[in-house]
Formats: sequence, structure tokens, C-alpha cells
Amino acid sequence: MAYEAVIGLECHIQLGTRTKMFCECPAEFGAAPNSNVCPVCLGLPGALPRANRAAIDAALRLGLALGCEVRRESVFARKNYFYPDMPKNYQITQYDQPLCEGGALPVLVGDEEQGFDLIRIHVEEDTGKSFHPEKHGDRRVSRVDFNRAGVPLLELVTQPVFRQPAVCAAFLTALRRLVRWLEISDGDMEKGHLRCDANVSLRPVGQEAFGTKTEIKNLNSIKGVEKGLAAEIERQRSVLEEGGRVEQATLLYDADHDKLAVMRSKEYAHDYRYFPEPDLPLLRVSETWIAEARARVPELPWERERRFVGAYGLPAYDAAVLSQDRALADYFEQVVTTIRPEAVSRSAMPDAGGFMIVTTPVSPKAASNWVMSEALGRMKARGWSLAEWRRRVSAASLGELVRRVESRAVTGPLAKQALDAMADEGADAATVLARPEYQVRGGADELLPLVRAVIEEYPGPVSQYRGGKTATIGFLVGQVMKKSGGQAVPQTVKELLERELGGRG
Amino acid sequence: MSDALWTLSATALAARVRSGAVAPEAAVESGWEGPAARWESDVRAMVAVDPVARAAGAKAAAGGPLQGVPVVVKDNLCTTDYTTTCASKILAGYRSPYDATVIRRLRAAGAVVTGKGNMDEFAMGSSTEYSAYGPTRNPFDLARVPGGSSGGPAAAVAYGLAPIGLGSDTGGSVRQPAAFCGVLGLKPTYGRLSRYGLVAFGSSLDQVGIFARHVGDVALIYAVLAGPDDCDATTRRAPAPDVSGWAQGVKGLRFGWPANLWQAGVDAELVEGLEEAAAWLEAAGAERVRFDFMPGEYAVATYYLVATAEASSNLARFDGVRYGFRHADSPDVRALYTRTRSAGFGPEVKRRILLGTYALSAGYYDAYYLTAQRARTRIRREHEEAFRRCDFMILPVSPTLPFRLGEKTEDPLAMYLSDIFTIGANLAGIPGLTVPVGLTAAGLPRAVQLLGPEDAEPTLLRAARALEVHGDVARLDGRHETEFAWPTKR
Repeated sequence: MAYEAVIGLECHIQLGTRTKMFCECPAEFGAAPNSNVCPVCLGLPGALPRANRAAIDAALRLGLALGCEVRRESVFARKNYFYPDMPKNYQITQYDQPLCEGGALPVLVGDEEQGFDLIRIHVEEDTGKSFHPEKHGDRRVSRVDFNRAGVPLLELVTQPVFRQPAVCAAFLTALRRLVRWLEISDGDMEKGHLRCDANVSLRPVGQEAFGTKTEIKNLNSIKGVEKGLAAEIERQRSVLEEGGRVEQATLLYDADHDKLAVMRSKEYAHDYRYFPEPDLPLLRVSETWIAEARARVPELPWERERRFVGAYGLPAYDAAVLSQDRALADYFEQVVTTIRPEAVSRSAMPDAGGFMIVTTPVSPKAASNWVMSEALGRMKARGWSLAEWRRRVSAASLGELVRRVESRAVTGPLAKQALDAMADEGADAATVLARPEYQVRGGADELLPLVRAVIEEYPGPVSQYRGGKTATIGFLVGQVMKKSGGQAVPQTVKELLERELGGRG
Repeated sequence: MSDALWTLSATALAARVRSGAVAPEAAVESGWEGPAARWESDVRAMVAVDPVARAAGAKAAAGGPLQGVPVVVKDNLCTTDYTTTCASKILAGYRSPYDATVIRRLRAAGAVVTGKGNMDEFAMGSSTEYSAYGPTRNPFDLARVPGGSSGGPAAAVAYGLAPIGLGSDTGGSVRQPAAFCGVLGLKPTYGRLSRYGLVAFGSSLDQVGIFARHVGDVALIYAVLAGPDDCDATTRRAPAPDVSGWAQGVKGLRFGWPANLWQAGVDAELVEGLEEAAAWLEAAGAERVRFDFMPGEYAVATYYLVATAEASSNLARFDGVRYGFRHADSPDVRALYTRTRSAGFGPEVKRRILLGTYALSAGYYDAYYLTAQRARTRIRREHEEAFRRCDFMILPVSPTLPFRLGEKTEDPLAMYLSDIFTIGANLAGIPGLTVPVGLTAAGLPRAVQLLGPEDAEPTLLRAARALEVHGDVARLDGRHETEFAWPTKR
């Protein structure tokens, strides 16, 4: 029998707020153990929580970006269970009345954008971190670091809308891009900024009703999500194919060994005894607050992708690569719209299905090539962040370089060398391009001797060309370019060669 | 006796310290030298006493309305200079790294913590018998309980260790011991006094409360403590009501007289006390409004569901991992939890944790916790309706006079039912004030309770003042002093 998997995700997003969710301790990562703690986040007797407005604001921005319904009055609740890294032995979270409900995240699956529906997004606090038994003399000792206790988290829960692990991975990648785009989280899965649990069940293809689901925890990388889910789907499939029944359970995925272990079976399911948190009033969100949060939601990544395709005519691939990161998209767009005094021609027209038509002195596709291959390639080779790159090569400077290539004021090969110089020296395009070695040797009297020399040196290709194999001209152009030290304009060289070889004029 | 510093009101004592006539150290020590020497070994009101700490406190006392005034603090309010144990083994030796907001405000006004008072473990009880330190006794009759759970501070203020004390009131834990010990006890409107640093029992019911021997002192302490606190999100944002008019009389005020409440089951001497108090209020110009008041038949059940549910969660943090008592023999973390909590908590606390856990459990939540919340809303509405007919109500604090030690510890339900008149104020979030009205023929304190709508503290204090001065106005001097009914040793 053929089965299909039904998967829902529960994602935890650690917010990048300055302070914790319910106290003023720094929420930073990597401080000395138990140094960012206070009576509140340690759960000391008598301490009380106070909600961090910046965290709620971040939740609002994410909810609004995803088209969620925002509850004007939501409720904090206590989730009760004992765990040594949870200071109060309850977690302050939201339960039956969360801040955001509904909404969907658009994700590019193959070439098609699909929306994946959400159930809810709510605000909660993180736990501390346990470091499990170490030998300490003849005793086994566990250590707990409470720096993370109380750090703000958002929990985002999807509908059971996924059928393939690879699509779950694409969803997480899109979610990571969005939280970074909104600047609410670093979204680094390795550092636990983004964590994912998954519910998965199998059912015969064509059946409506869901099968028994299991929950997989600890899917701590995007690849881990894909592999952990694949492993669990395989396990359930073989259970079903052998005529067995899937037991409801919580499983832990061990990415290092690609193995699943049962954490607890149904009989040991927790009763969390949720009830409204009496230490915190209703979380009231005013219309003004929502309007302010909405105003702070920038153009969203998928909106920008669509605009890059619609307004700049970029291929979907280019638009996707350039929109993987908001700063990169901004950089690209600044390169495109670089305006030189002699070439003021930027105009915007509200037209074409809601897209802004922008005409610029720099061809968007050329700018895209320069940013995607040349700039990104050099950043990668040098191990630089975009910020570091921008400090050295401003968008205006790169734009100037591209503009000069486009106007043939500099040749492509020279411009690439110039970009290296700009990056390494931090000098701008105009300064670098003013140097003698980047000047174009364009005059016929200057190039003609080089052209004739090449014709002399390569009789073979020359006769091939004359015999009708015109593609050989590319090789000859290359040889002239080499002799010119890259300073000749290829188009001019080609024209000279054609003339000298008596071909087409 | 009237010349001794320890007999003075906080207002009068602070005035002497401010004038330079009395050193703060002397003001603080006066309670220890005279009355405590006579009473403390029998009453056992105090659980943490430290002459060095109080000397340091007196030396550091800020200038202010309470300069040099000693305060007895219940052992569930966090103080940096004394242990804070909630009279529980599970917090044995625990010292808080921070002061509760009310303690900070007291110190800023110049007051000095003179020691920590005994209580029922985690404020769960009505007699101060459920204490890991052993019971406190009533100074009016050492065979009887001082009430609870704030029995220590109530008894200490009554015998003269300090003019004021702080307690906490979740279901009557300030008002009932105040009544049993013959002192004033105010449970303010919910959200008026910060709970930050009060070790939580039932968070939606808990309020810090004030003990004093003089109405003017209650007003003074309330003015110092009440008001918003950024550290407690449940405090009210608006400034607290002005209580400076506490001595302006009750002319024109209407007080509710819900006599149906004490038709049966209330000691005759307490009913007499109510009748006398009503007559005094009328004599002072207030109007009696008679009506039947039915504050929810299910108030006790509602209260014990809400309070225990919240407590089961609030007390989860006491697990031996980070602070307090830890069971020595704990092979794994599960054993650490169960052994620490089994050995660390006393019987009444365990009983309530179990009750509350049950009420919140899957399958029972709707029937118990949610139903209790609905009942609570109704009780609140019934109080609001009653206060449309009057400015405040007068009713008993407890159905009985102070009972004997051991009389109710074997019957928890009887103990719970004795809270019937006090829990309404906590469920409704309104203020309640215990006012002593003299002694019975046998020399036990009598008291009445005044209840008002939210933020009616000024009204309650005016009424309390009218009772304080009844028939004796001529004897009052400019400091609003009255003769306090001191206990005699029996």
C-alpha cells in the first residue's frame, strides 16, 4: 500500500531582544555561566515577572508579516512540569488565547510559491541549559546554566500541511530568512536561535483521516529536520507494512548517528496543568501599537522577490539569491539605482500590476551578475560578511564600476581586477579606475600592431577562420586581449581582426 | 507605662527620633528590653532575631516619617538582613539577595526591621500552629492560638515588641490574627501594595497587610507602602488613594449591616461586639443600612480551589536544586525532587499542593478550577452590588474567639470553614480592616471587620478611627494617641 506522510512543525524562535522576557537581564549568548541572572529569571522566592514590550513587539511584527490575526487581549499561562533547568518548575507561555492566530508563510517550492498555513504564534520564555552527568570524583554531577532561562521565545505552530521532509526544510529556510529580515532573531539553528519539533503520521494515499502521530524533538539543523523526518517516516512505514500499529510517542533525533530514540511513550505523557498566569495581567495590544508595529514591517522577502522579477526583469533565480538576505537585497538595489550626475535617468512609474517600473543607468541584470558572482564570490573567498564588504566596496562604488563597464569605459577583465583592488584597499571605483593600468587602449593605431602580430603568430586559427570557421575569432580576440594586458575593448579588437582578415566589416 | 518608648505609636515614636530626643537605636531596642523580655519566651512570636542586624538597621535608618521605628516582618517577606524561610524546613537558612518592595519602602521611610515573625508554613493555616519553628501563642491567653497565618507579627505588635508589623493576607491571614490578638489589621485592595518579594501562596489573592495598635499608624504605613511598583505587574497604575483624612469622622457615611451573616454559628460575645460597634458608629454620625448579604454559598470551596491551584504551581520551585533544603540522599533528579519535597514540606502544605494539583489536572480543570473562577466573578459582583447600598460594611472577622492550641489541627475542614468571613475580600480584591472593640469578660480580644469597595481604605480608616475614639474623645491629645488594650499575662 502507498502511504503519504502528514507533517506539522512547531518552531521556536529565540528573539534577539536586548533583555529577557520577564526581567531586565541581558539576553545575550555566550556569557560566563550563570552571570546573566537575577531573582526573577532564577525563580527566587518572591520574585515576579514583568513582560518585555520589545519581545511582544517582535512577535507582533512576525505575526503581521505572516498575515496572522492579532488578539487584542491574549493571556499568559503557566505550563507546569519539573525540570532542573526550569527555575520555577513552570514555564510562562501562552495557551488557549495566544497573541497571533492563522496566517501563512509563502515558500518557493521548485519554481512555485506556496503558502503554508499556520495555527498560531505565541510568546514564551526559554529554559536554562543542563549539562549532563559528568564524573566528579566518584559522583556523577549535572550542571545547569541559567543564562538562557527567561530569554524570549516565539513558538510558531503550522497546520499539518507538509507531505515531504524536503518541503519542511524549505519552510524552515524561508522562516529563518524572514526572522532575520525582520531583525527579530539571528535565526542560527546551530546556536539554538531556531529550533524545530515535528509531528508526523502516515496514512494510506487517498485516506482523509490522520494516522497516529509521533513527535520528534531536537531537530536542530535544517538538514536534521529533513533527515530526522525521513527516518521517522521510514520507521512508521515499515511498522505499518508489517501490519503493526504506530504508537503515540515522543522521539529524540540524534543527528550524529541518524537515529531516533523514544523519549517517552504515551503513558508518560505530561499533564501540564495549564492555567492563566496570575502574576501577569491580560496582554492588551492597542490599535495604535498594532499600527506602529505594522509600520515597522519592511517590504517582505517574497514581495521583494516578486518586485525584482517584475520591475527589474531579473530571472526568478537571481531574485531569490539576492533576496536571501535583506541587507544583500538592499545592497543590490542601491547598486542598481546608483545615479551619476551625468546620467540622471531614474524614474518610477506606478504601473504594471502594482510593480514600480524603475529605469536606471545600470542594467539590473548586469548589476545582479556583479553582485551575485563577483561580489558574493569575493566575500566568500575572503571570509567577509556583507557588512565588512560594504565598508570596503560601497554600493555607489560598485554601481560606478558596473556603469563604466556598461558604457565600455573599462573592459570586463580589467573591471574584475579593479574590484579586487577596491575590496582589498577599500578604495572607491573612481580612484582605482583612474590608475593607468585600468585605462582602455581603444585606438586603432594602438591596437592594430597587436592585431597584426597575432595574425602572424597564429596561422592555423587564421586559416580556419578564413576557411569559414568564424568561431575561431574568439580565440584570436583573446590573444590580442592578452597582449593588451586586458586593456583593450574586446568589441573593438573583434572589429579590427575582422577587417584585417578580410571578413565581414 | 505610658512613658515607655515601646508603648508609643509609630507616629509618636518617629516624631521623638526626628526631634533628636531619642536615638534610633534606643527606639528599636525599647521593644526588646521591656515587653520582649517579659513575653517572647512564652509567646514565641519571632523566628529570626539578630541584635547586630537591627543595630545596623537603626544606625542606617533614613530620615523620614518612620525614622527609627521598629517593624516586625512576617517570615514570608524577603529581607536581606534576616533569613526568609516561610516557617518551612524547605527554606531552612535561606537568605534573600534582595528586599521585598514593601521592605525597601519601609527602609526608605526610616523604619528598621526588628526581626522576622512566625507564621503558618507558607501562610497556610489560621493558627500559626503549622510552623516548622513550633507554634506562637496568644499573649492574651497563652493556652490559645494567636490566629494565623500571620500570628507572629500580630502577637508581637500586641505585646509591644514593635508598634507596627507586616503580614500577608490570602484569605484572612492578617485580619484574623489581628482580631485574635486585639490589634488593627488591614488587608488593602488587591494591587495596592506590591507583592514583589512576598513569597507567593495564592498570587491572585495575596496582599501584604499592616498590623498596628493605632489607626493613625495604619494610615501612615499605608501611605508609605501603597502605590504602583514596576516589579509587580499586578499593582494598579494609578496613585493610591489619599488616607490623610483618616481622623475626619464618619458623619454622613452609610454602613451596611448584613445581620443575616451572624444569625447562627458566631460567638455571642462577638455579636455583642458588632452591636456595640454599630451603635458607636451611629453615635458618631454614620447611618446603618440593614440588608441581607449572601456572598456566594460556595465562597469557601471557591477560595480553596483557587488558592490551592495557584499554590501548587507557586510552590513547585522549592525542589532542592537551587536553594534551601536539599535531601542528602538523592541518587537521581527524581529522587531529589520527591525526597526533598516530602521531607521539606509540612502536612498542611502537602495537603494543599495535592488539592491544587488535582484541581488543575486534565479532566478536572473545567469542573474545579474553571467553575471556581466563574464563582469568583459572581462573588465579586455580589460585593459590588452590596456596596451600591452603603459605603462600607461591618461584619465578623472570625466566627469564634481565639481557640485553644490543638483544637482544630486534627480537623482541617473546620479550620477552613473558620475563614468564611475573611475570604470574600480576597476573592473580590477589596480592602478589609480588623478593628479591635475591647475585651470579653474573660479578657479575650473582640474585633469587627470593616469591608469596603476597591480603594475604600480612606473610608475604612475613618470608620476605624470612630471606633477607636468612641466615647473617649476628650482624652485624645494632638498625636492621636489612645489607650491600647495591653494583654496581661495568664
